[in-house]
Amino acid sequence: MKPIIMEKTISVILTEQTLNLQECFDFVKDPGCGGVAIFIGTVRNNTQKKEVKFLDFSAYEAMAVKEMQKIAQQAHVKYTIKKIAIHHAKGLLQIGDIPVIIAVSSPHRKDAFEACQFAIDSLKETVPIWKKEHFFDGEVWVNAHP
Amino acid sequence: MKIKSLFFGIAKDLSGSAELILDIPVNMTIGEFESLLSERLSGLKDTQNFAFAANESFVERDYHIKENDVIAILPPVSGG
Repeated sequence: MKPIIMEKTISVILTEQTLNLQECFDFVKDPGCGGVAIFIGTVRNNTQKKEVKFLDFSAYEAMAVKEMQKIAQQAHVKYTIKKIAIHHAKGLLQIGDIPVIIAVSSPHRKDAFEACQFAIDSLKETVPIWKKEHFFDGEVWVNAHP
Repeated sequence: MKIKSLFFGIAKDLSGSAELILDIPVNMTIGEFESLLSERLSGLKDTQNFAFAANESFVERDYHIKENDVIAILPPVSGG
């Protein structure tokens, strides 16, 4: 019997390690694709002009991974894309560090851009990950009191 | 019946626990559970913009909790 080889088209990672941009690009790049769109989230040094010291990301890990996988699957359904990587960091992150990378490859750039935007917008709405901003005079859970 | 509840983000700070085993009435809905939490855990009062999950999937306020469910209390998320 001939084995059925399913090519992996989704890479989802939630890790305490430093995110690896090259790994995301290497995963999604494809000879059949004309482009790769990448969104990189970076830790900003201020919130409403208040200086941020560092961020602490925590997650409901099992559910967060499931929700990230769902977003990746939805991106495959909604857009003509080849591969998508959604990698998110947890734990302490310093200014300039990278909490999230989304990379999408597609035969044509429009779908890559749109799928990338869809993925980061959805992640910010549904994936159970929380950040606490630490300032020099205290700390606050982001979004907790809209 | 006994259920396990998990608290994340600000909910963990407000409840003082990451995890609690709670004894609740059979067939309770998430909405009723939310009221019960605010009675038992004085810090957890303003949860109308929180979400709830049962066994790692989002559920609405009308979901009926089953024995051995793992119910997670999820404040507005802020990943990314």
